[in-house]
Amino acid sequence: MSMNLEREKAVLPPSQMTDTKRVSIGKVLFGATIISMLTALYFIFIFANEEKTMRAAQKIFYYHVSSAWLAFLAFFVTFFFSILFLIKRKRIYDTYAYVSAEIGVVFTIIVLTTGPIWARSAWNTWWVWEPRLITTLILFFIYIAYIMIRQMDGVWDKKARLAAVFGIIGFADVPIVFFAIRWWQTKFHPIVFGDGPSQKGGGIEDTMLVALLVTITAFTILYSYLLHKGVSFEKMKITVEQYKERLRESLDK
Amino acid sequence: MIEIKKLTKQADNKLILRGVDLSIHKGETVGILGPNGAGKSTLLKVLASLIKPTSGMIKINGLDLKKDSLEIKKILGYLPHSSLLYDHYSPLENLVFFGNIYGVKNVEQKAAELVKEVGLSFFLNEPVKNFSRGMIQRIAIARAIIHEPEVLLLDEPHTGLDQGAIAILNNVILSMKEKGTTTLMVTHDFKQAAEICDRIVIVKNGKIVDDFRIENSSLGYVSQKYELQVEGVS
Amino acid sequence: MNLFRTAFLLAQKDLYSELKTKQILVTQIIFAGLVIVVFSFAFDPANNTTKAVIPGIIWVIIVFSGILGLNRSFISEQRNDTMQGLLVAPMEAASIYLGKFLANFAMILVVEIVSVPFLFLLFDFKFLGSFPYFLLVIFLGSFGFIAIGTFLAALAANSKSSEMLLPLLLFPITTPILIGVVQATKIILTNMDQFSSALAWIQLVTAYDVIFFVVCFLLIDYVLEV
Repeated sequence: MSMNLEREKAVLPPSQMTDTKRVSIGKVLFGATIISMLTALYFIFIFANEEKTMRAAQKIFYYHVSSAWLAFLAFFVTFFFSILFLIKRKRIYDTYAYVSAEIGVVFTIIVLTTGPIWARSAWNTWWVWEPRLITTLILFFIYIAYIMIRQMDGVWDKKARLAAVFGIIGFADVPIVFFAIRWWQTKFHPIVFGDGPSQKGGGIEDTMLVALLVTITAFTILYSYLLHKGVSFEKMKITVEQYKERLRESLDK
Repeated sequence: MIEIKKLTKQADNKLILRGVDLSIHKGETVGILGPNGAGKSTLLKVLASLIKPTSGMIKINGLDLKKDSLEIKKILGYLPHSSLLYDHYSPLENLVFFGNIYGVKNVEQKAAELVKEVGLSFFLNEPVKNFSRGMIQRIAIARAIIHEPEVLLLDEPHTGLDQGAIAILNNVILSMKEKGTTTLMVTHDFKQAAEICDRIVIVKNGKIVDDFRIENSSLGYVSQKYELQVEGVS
Repeated sequence: MNLFRTAFLLAQKDLYSELKTKQILVTQIIFAGLVIVVFSFAFDPANNTTKAVIPGIIWVIIVFSGILGLNRSFISEQRNDTMQGLLVAPMEAASIYLGKFLANFAMILVVEIVSVPFLFLLFDFKFLGSFPYFLLVIFLGSFGFIAIGTFLAALAANSKSSEMLLPLLLFPITTPILIGVVQATKIILTNMDQFSSALAWIQLVTAYDVIFFVVCFLLIDYVLEV
């Protein structure tokens, strides 16, 4: 009959905030981002030859392509962690998928703003209905839809599950979207890597290619830094929530 | 019949069930009592495989709930707060649809019999949306037992019923019991619990705090035990 | 075979209840009619160049009236929590998906049978192309649209504002289908010379249908899990 006297002791465990190893990874990535970005700037503005017809406006091309690469990479990471989440059901995978999608949205927006600037000076029009541009636009909408699923109300594992499913479907859709649009109309964009039989333009000068590759590397490092930072923020949020919940429980008693 | 071991359920950061161990034999009628938010309905939903448990093991009839959920679903009858009926369908159509899904034979005849048993044969072909709460609850219980389940899970079946409906419901549960059905019933109604059940489980804060058998439908004994556990009166 | 049996029962239940209430189908058909009327204001039916937009109009009708039906298909199971009734019943999630898909598909076909001839009539469209291929394109396009639509409707039904969420999820995902079928329809209706190109579009849409039908089948377990 002493069962009602039994009280669970909800003592908060000692704080585990001092995780030195994590912090150092963040710092290393931060430093690497700064250095690689400066290097990229050097390569873009000093090393690479200036394009003849477009002059300085062409420089935005490096950021445009790198952001596009990053946006697609981010969505691939979301896709990868979505599958992992559905199999393992660990919250950390879901956090990675979510943060990556958020970064993806930001860089898709950069692509969609730098694109018209480039288009204005290259083709004398703000927007062209061109495969890669439309695919990026569709990708942007898919990302937004993904984030909207995350904004639903409900417990986290339901949202995480549904978002993961949509992340998978959305990623599977992107290549098909690209091919469909490419088939639909093939014009305008120069092929950067390799030859395109149906597309005019094509080819890139060596110095420009080097600058482009350096920028892409810099952006990839930037991405990993942002991903790391975002995930540690999300983790802190979750930890705070857990402490709050424990505190609430201990107050209830 | 039902074996539950170390069952836990966590929603967001809140633990709803924290380590439930329960073993129920075939043919028992178990009443689950407890204050609001104790996790009674969650326990029932986990058993009905509507909620995935965070950890723990459940075996029904020797089958694991995770692996053989399809087999287990065939022998489960579940009646939650809501009626699970289609509004614009008549009782007969509702019962025939669900009976067909469960693969019941002679389903129309069986459905008509059940509707008669719950005393609504006059309304056999009326759409359910015109029914009162008590009438809907009667059809809902008929729906839950259309496939003659071996395990019946009832979530506050007596709420909002008049005396006549309660008597009919109790009769149905008792006649199912005679056929050897195991019944789990979440309820706030001590009187009904004492009347039908032969075992009472008290749940508090996601844990089972008391588990005892009752005889002679003694209401006083149940209330006394409940107050001891829940309100802390000793 | 239990999968198909329960799926057919569910589809039959949905269609029968539609037959009783006639809510969704009537709304869809009236809506399709209104879209046609709106288009007749936007593009002058007397003008010959209007013929060029007819293939597009056909698909706008199908997409918009389809989404009305898709919205309802899982929301209607929330009343009295009948979805729980289906989930506790011995049927797999795939079979719920298949049943809902069949019901939605049957309904959109009815909408098409009524509204497309109506469109041709009002816009005084002379049918020149290949009729069987036209039917094939309509069939394949609707199949893919409804297959992925039913899946995303099940997903969106978890949200309180699912009516708003569904189009946002569905339209970007279905872009390949929409591009493909509009192009194929255009070629088949107006310019049979480029038939090989239409055939290529049909192949693309078929591939999309198959891929996404399979993917939806595999993933629906995670969507309907509670």
